[in-house]
Amino acid sequence: MIEALHYEFMRNALLAGLLISISCGIIGSLVVVNRIVFISGGIAHAAYGGIGIAFFLGFSPMLGIIGFSMLIAFVMAGVTLENKQRADTIIGVLWATGMALGIILLDLTPGYKTDLMSYLFGSILAVPKSHLWLMALLSVVIMGTVAAFYKDFLAMSYDEEFARAMGVPVKALYFVLLGLIALAVVMIIQAVGLILVIALLTIPPYIAERRAGSLGVMMLISIVLSAFFSLSGLWFSYTFNLTSGASIIMVAALFFFLHLIVVRLRSV
Amino acid sequence: MTPLALEVENLWFSYGSHVILQDVNLQLKQGEFLAVLGANGSGKTTLIKLVLGILKPDRGSIRILGGDPSKTAGRIGYVPQETTLNKSFPISVRDVALMGRIGRLGRFSRYSPSDREKADAALERVGMWGLRDRPIGKLSGGQRQRVLIARAIASEPDILFLDEPTSSVDKGFQENLYGFLKELNERVTIVVISHDLSIVSSYAKSIACVNRTVYFHDHAEITQELLDQVYQCPVDVIAHGPIPHRVLQLHKDHEEDD
Repeated sequence: MIEALHYEFMRNALLAGLLISISCGIIGSLVVVNRIVFISGGIAHAAYGGIGIAFFLGFSPMLGIIGFSMLIAFVMAGVTLENKQRADTIIGVLWATGMALGIILLDLTPGYKTDLMSYLFGSILAVPKSHLWLMALLSVVIMGTVAAFYKDFLAMSYDEEFARAMGVPVKALYFVLLGLIALAVVMIIQAVGLILVIALLTIPPYIAERRAGSLGVMMLISIVLSAFFSLSGLWFSYTFNLTSGASIIMVAALFFFLHLIVVRLRSV
Repeated sequence: MTPLALEVENLWFSYGSHVILQDVNLQLKQGEFLAVLGANGSGKTTLIKLVLGILKPDRGSIRILGGDPSKTAGRIGYVPQETTLNKSFPISVRDVALMGRIGRLGRFSRYSPSDREKADAALERVGMWGLRDRPIGKLSGGQRQRVLIARAIASEPDILFLDEPTSSVDKGFQENLYGFLKELNERVTIVVISHDLSIVSSYAKSIACVNRTVYFHDHAEITQELLDQVYQCPVDVIAHGPIPHRVLQLHKDHEEDD
């Protein structure tokens, strides 16, 4: 693994993995405590529509994903605001519609589609320098926003009704949260692809939730776990010549099931 | 002239086509101790949530302490039903109590040392100081309820709303709580949803019966004889105007609610 660091692509992959872990840990924790995993999955998958639009109109796919996933996030925020639990049909429809739109626009785009698989399953080993800068910027936006409104996010997540009664702008915060999820999704797609986003977003916080005494600590533990999963996944990928995204998720899944077994055994 | 604690005018609310509350009018002076009674599903909790701005009315206006509820948020305390909260949430007792201060703060400001002192004092008041570092999920229902009460009084409210605050606490703390509310009532207006008629008769100054609309009794004496009636028969009828309605069901062996 050490000799692998001589390669620039490997150094970039490690750096990308760390940046992704930060956003993953922070946003994943908010996703898990707010019970909006399905909404996050919807945003991630619908992002494929953005790739289709970008290819069809001939601009940067990255820009397409950011723009379209933000749009979908705000639509979902509007639809699910008053009724998070019962909006799942609409989320499912948006989820599939985004993907279908992407596929059809790609059909209509002439020419050879180079690296579509990398959007579906990630390509952390092929992250260019320019994307690293973008990911750093997105991480700063995510960290800054959550830090600025931490007490409000905490109140909303723990007891939304109480937060509303106390005058916390829950509606606006909810839109901000889903917007941040879209940004995190854009980053995570780089690593594991849009199909596997949910796993990396939710497995670390799920494991962290039981061990953390506060939301902030849960975020920290999640960041460390994500980084560990990403780096060890990369190691497996490099050593055994396996797909990087899937390797990362397999490591995370392994720990997830181990965690479940341990919890089960302890409660017996 | 001091503004009314609570002013509800011509309030309507429905879920879809199902009308929950219709044409509710209610005026409450400051310093009152109002008990809100009604059968399960009568709209008691909905009424409180509308007043607090958690739900939006279809029609009608609500003013708290003379202002729009969104403007007076910092002066309101709220104890929700304990059962609706996520019990695995990673948060300590102390941080839940501190949350009570949030209505007093600006959007970008952080909790100050004096906020923390007030939250800590509130925890001491409800006897939860010893468990301040416990995760909220590791408490019993009654202990959690006490923490929610601490959170509400930490905001030093001028008006305090409690939604069945004694549903999961033990009898000892229940009396303790009402004694404390009575003391608090010297400067704070109190609105409490309760199923417990003995509490209502000994502490409430006025009563609101909810059954799609609200019947207000401005002194608790009227209901003293009604309460005796209710105790004799677990399912009783109290007449309000032309249509009699069931106020509550209270069985000695069957006291759970909702």
